[in-house]
Amino acid sequence: MRTATSLNRVDPQAAEVAQGPSLALAPKPEVTPSGVSSAAQQAETPLRRVAAWLRSALPKLLMTMLSLGLFVAFWYFATKYKLDFYIRFTNIPSPGEVWDNAARLAQSDKFYNNMYVSLRRILLGFSIATVLGVALGLLIGQYRGARALLFPLFETLRPVPAIAWVPMAIMLWPTNETSIVFITFLGSFFPILLNTIHGVNSVDPVLLRAARCLGTSEYGLLRQVVLPASLPHIFTGLAIGMGVAWVSLIAAEMISGQFGIGYFTWEAYSLIEYADIAIGMIVIGVLGLLCSGAIRILGNMLMPWMAGPTHGGQK
Amino acid sequence: MTQADDKPNATGHILVDHLRVRFGSKAAAVEAVSDVSMEVKPGEFVSIIGPSGCGKSTLLNVVAGFVKPSEGTVTMDGKATDKPSADRGMVFQQYSLFPWLSVRKNVEFGLKQKGMDANHREEAARTLLGLAGLLAFENHYPDQLSGGMKQRVGIVRALATSPQVLLMDEPFGALDAQTRVVMQQILTNMWQRFRISVLFITHDIDESIFLSDRVYVMTARPGRIKAEIPILLPRPRTPDMASCPEYLRIKQQLRDLITEESLKAMGGELKDSGLAGFDVEVGPKGVAELI
Ligand SMILES: Nc1ncnc2c1ncn2[C@@H]1O[C@H](COP(=O)(O)OP(=O)(O)OP(=O)(O)O)[C@@H](O)[C@H]1O
Ligand SMILES: [Mg+2]
Repeated sequence: MRTATSLNRVDPQAAEVAQGPSLALAPKPEVTPSGVSSAAQQAETPLRRVAAWLRSALPKLLMTMLSLGLFVAFWYFATKYKLDFYIRFTNIPSPGEVWDNAARLAQSDKFYNNMYVSLRRILLGFSIATVLGVALGLLIGQYRGARALLFPLFETLRPVPAIAWVPMAIMLWPTNETSIVFITFLGSFFPILLNTIHGVNSVDPVLLRAARCLGTSEYGLLRQVVLPASLPHIFTGLAIGMGVAWVSLIAAEMISGQFGIGYFTWEAYSLIEYADIAIGMIVIGVLGLLCSGAIRILGNMLMPWMAGPTHGGQK
Repeated sequence: MTQADDKPNATGHILVDHLRVRFGSKAAAVEAVSDVSMEVKPGEFVSIIGPSGCGKSTLLNVVAGFVKPSEGTVTMDGKATDKPSADRGMVFQQYSLFPWLSVRKNVEFGLKQKGMDANHREEAARTLLGLAGLLAFENHYPDQLSGGMKQRVGIVRALATSPQVLLMDEPFGALDAQTRVVMQQILTNMWQRFRISVLFITHDIDESIFLSDRVYVMTARPGRIKAEIPILLPRPRTPDMASCPEYLRIKQQLRDLITEESLKAMGGELKDSGLAGFDVEVGPKGVAELI
């Protein structure tokens, strides 16, 4: 009924579409909002955009500086007056000492080498975990046979934390270096694997059917539909995996290490270089942050469609 | 392309012969389609209309190759449709564009599977998008399009591989009435240009009359063919035909058939939900009075 009346109301232009060969007419109700907004963006000068960004970001920036400032101030006074109320600040280095030591370490090749060694271990272990985790995740998610065969094994191994593998890994692998990379790999492998499987399972079935109707081969389906459709979940797995990789790496380095920033931090404790402990901690935090940032940037580059109006609106 | 106007392609002939589809194991089996025989002749536009849950999608999925017949056969040009193929393009009710591909890459997808090289793909996709008035949006992602545009891209994508038939499962069901009418005209235009067979499922009587050469009406579940109504209105069809006597006659006829089936379907549900106790004769008449 409703359509019957609308049939009558249709404007004569639309009637022409039915007959005429030209379809180039864009129907009125379908002008996209995105077209309008992009025109508005162009009208804005870059300068004004920066100003607007500053105005919106400034309060947040101030609050961030305030909370960090309060933390350092507390640290400063707690160490200055050797605060001792159950937690003891008697041996804790002051911000000044840490700063001085940091300036000294910034000149030290040995310190940079420790950072380099840790980053290399992360890169190796995490890369292997990414390749294996994503590949196996796609297979397990997509094929019942692979799931039946592999999933029980992984479910059995998964509850064992990567750090618990340290003694076993030392016996298992020929060098100390490979066993630490192995521990790092183990830590990030399971989050990546599980999130990839989850991603594959949540692919919209209508996309698979559409692809099959378009003549996709089984491999094409995996490579061209399942993989891209799972990317958002895969990147969630990578972000979590990167965090766990650092946890595992630092623990492994502290226990069995030679070199590495975790080893440096633990060694500082043994050598009673207390200020270096704080520096080790700060560097670990910053490196971890940089690695997570790199993952996020890579994700944004590989998933440009996620930056659309419906997804990336607010951060 | 040397198809004489009076003689459409000889391919794209769909034949459904005594089709029966059951879901589930023997004891708890649900019969979705029950003894359906029908056909779509080469170049013909055929609609199926029927109450919700009567097995329309199931029937279409057998033709597409997603569901196997329990009994009977479904063939296209003499070959069983036992798996999906690019010969049978499909347009779904849900938006089914690949969100990670631009509009043009979506259209190119089927051509890529055929192994066509990038330059030819791009050219073909741009030509088709131009025909559908979408060239300006070729680099947009699906999420940036309106519902009507998404479905237009979906149709173009299905047509890109030059299928013999287009299978459409309530493709305009999610669109508002205005957009729907425009889409119907665009589809008619595309169909006449490509001269392929179309099997079209809809809930909308006007839509089925406006588009089709023939309409099959299905019964409530388990679905059977209740009636076959030829639509002899001349083409090109125009919106003002909606008031001509022949149109109104067909519409009345279809409405009566469908109302009867819908009430039957609802009558079953009402009886199941215990409404039968209300001393109402649960049958087409009784329910009609209730409403
Ligand atoms: N995979 C399945 N397993 C079990 N039952 C199914 C399956 N698919 C469909 N059915 C049942 O078969 C019947 C017909 O379903 P179908 O989707 O074909 O109906 P329809 O006519 O397309 O309905 P609608 O108009 O609501 O889309 C329904 O009762 C449904 O519950
Ligand atoms: Mg359906």
